[in-house]
Amino acid sequence: MRKIYDVEVDCANCAAKMEEAVKATPGVKDAVLSFMTLKLRVEFQDGVNANSVMQEALRSCKKVEGDCTILL
Amino acid sequence: MTAKQKQVLYRIIAAMILLVAVAIFCASIETNLYVQTALYLIPYLIIGYDILKKAARGILNRQMFDENFLMAVATVGAMLLGDFKESVAVMLFYQIGELFQSVAVGKSRKNIAALMDIRPDYANIIINGKIEKVDPEDVEVGTEIFVNPGEKIPIDGVIAEGSTTLNTSALTGESVPKDAKTGDEVISGCINMSGAIRVRTTKEFGDSTVSKILDLVENSSMKKSRSENFITKFAKYYTPAVCYSALALAILPPVARLLMGLTPDWQIWVVRALTFLVISCPCALVVSIPLSFFAGIGCASKNGILVKGSNYLETLADTKYVVFDKTGTLTKGVFEVNGIHPAAGFSGEELLHYCAYAESASSHPISLSLKKAYGDKIDLDRVNGIEETAGHGVQAIVDGHSVYAGNEKLMKKAGVAISEEHNDEGTAVYACVDGKYAGCITISDMVKDSSKAAIAELKKLGIKQTVMLTGDTKQTAERVAGEIGIDRTHSELLPVDKVNEVEVLLAEKGQREKLAFVGDGINDAPVLSRADIGIAMGALGSDAAIEAADVVLMDDNPCKIALAMKISANTLKIVRQNIIFALAVKLVCLILGATGDASMWTAIFADVGVMVIAVLNAMRAMRIKR
Repeated sequence: MRKIYDVEVDCANCAAKMEEAVKATPGVKDAVLSFMTLKLRVEFQDGVNANSVMQEALRSCKKVEGDCTILL
Repeated sequence: MTAKQKQVLYRIIAAMILLVAVAIFCASIETNLYVQTALYLIPYLIIGYDILKKAARGILNRQMFDENFLMAVATVGAMLLGDFKESVAVMLFYQIGELFQSVAVGKSRKNIAALMDIRPDYANIIINGKIEKVDPEDVEVGTEIFVNPGEKIPIDGVIAEGSTTLNTSALTGESVPKDAKTGDEVISGCINMSGAIRVRTTKEFGDSTVSKILDLVENSSMKKSRSENFITKFAKYYTPAVCYSALALAILPPVARLLMGLTPDWQIWVVRALTFLVISCPCALVVSIPLSFFAGIGCASKNGILVKGSNYLETLADTKYVVFDKTGTLTKGVFEVNGIHPAAGFSGEELLHYCAYAESASSHPISLSLKKAYGDKIDLDRVNGIEETAGHGVQAIVDGHSVYAGNEKLMKKAGVAISEEHNDEGTAVYACVDGKYAGCITISDMVKDSSKAAIAELKKLGIKQTVMLTGDTKQTAERVAGEIGIDRTHSELLPVDKVNEVEVLLAEKGQREKLAFVGDGINDAPVLSRADIGIAMGALGSDAAIEAADVVLMDDNPCKIALAMKISANTLKIVRQNIIFALAVKLVCLILGATGDASMWTAIFADVGVMVIAVLNAMRAMRIKR
């Protein structure tokens, strides 16, 4: 399953950090964040609940970069 | 400016005023160190509290080596050494730089997005007898929508009433008007120029051409180029390396001096180390490179060239071999029957009748031209058992007769001898009926007007070899190749052979040289994906081509290939300029910082100034001379 989310983040380096954090979230197979389009594409592992995974992903993003949001 | 950016702006102004006030106050009135520290802390905290917070968070999360950390260490260090003014100023300029960057990137993002904006805002439908504007997403398949002159067609469909002229420039980059009348298919994204039309939608908005293209363009920046990956990796090692160097710079020379019996000069070396830290911020590279690629992709899509990822834009610049499919790519792909040569015992009409019926199920350009020449309506009940063999032809039962129609190979398979008593140009379709040779029909294809110029353009751009692959006869292939100046041709190929030919070429070429395959997306999906870069042309409305290719040309003009390469080369040139410029300035400033020849102000320029110049340079990738 693959979904695209809008993201708000200020700098390219922060975007790279967010991408790492989302990738490391359990249930996420792969994630790409484009700082240019401010879009996050997440590929989930089979059978996971995308919403709860994304809640967790957002939490770990906030940890590495306080100034960011993923519009869920 | 967004609310967030405005807030930063107010903080900058407030901190600036306070800094000046405090500086004047301290200069005119005698105060002790504690009062001074306290006073300078006010503007410092106003401007820098978020940086300090981010740096602290970074340390807590063990991700400390980022620019926030660098700035926090540099300014806190300066504070401790008593350089209050410098400390606040550095933080202030860092924030100004960040704000500028954020505004510049936001603006660029908007500009580039505007280049690619073909999204229709609304659709006109009738609700309770009144025309109303609704979101195209809410329109169901089969709904009738109204498109007035000057409006964009929001959803793919068929004209139910009215005739007009359409402008496809938003999709193809070429403003060639196209006529459309009742019963014609229309594609979303075109602009209705002259008459009001009623369109019955055949797709949902999400499946319409315009949505597909938007998806593709939006996803393109997700595929990162080698340069982008390089920079990400580079930043990962670079920042810690710089931090440790700064630490070494602060500690080693004073210790060495102590050992040599000199005064350690701790303060001088710590200031140098801090300057070193400020200089080293890698933002210029991290921001400007993806931005350049994004601008390049934007520029390409404005010209009707969809590039599916930064990596493909990069590959395009290294392309040295261009392999073309002939039909529909270099030639118009519109075949016309130009000679009918029945064998003894058959009439011309009979021959055409059998061929047209046998080929009735195929949408191959040759079949279409046979049907067109036949003229009469095909009665599908009269034909059955149609079997198509790719690269050979078809066999079918027409009116109870077994009919083979196709090339020489098919005739060999059917076991009949062919005779060639004509000198017609073009592709021959042979037919045999009930095991008897029935004659041949010749069909020819026209070379596109722009093909010759396109090949010449490519040569000028340094393409080493142009190759043409075709299923056609050697004679036809060589005529076309000679006419437009192709270097090598391989003819009489089956679709599988085309993959093999490309494999051979891939093995022949140098490792850093790339091979592009250009096709029209019909029958050549395997080759498109096997080549280093697959270019599909004339893709307007063809989903298969949009899927299979890496680069999609919205119209069928082969000159666009050269244009795409020019855009690619231009983008990469800018990327290289930015990498070299940023690294060179940083390196020089780092050396000057270490030797003590660079002040905090030089450091600020090296950080913010370089970034701003790099961003402005990146925006040049949006434009290309045609």
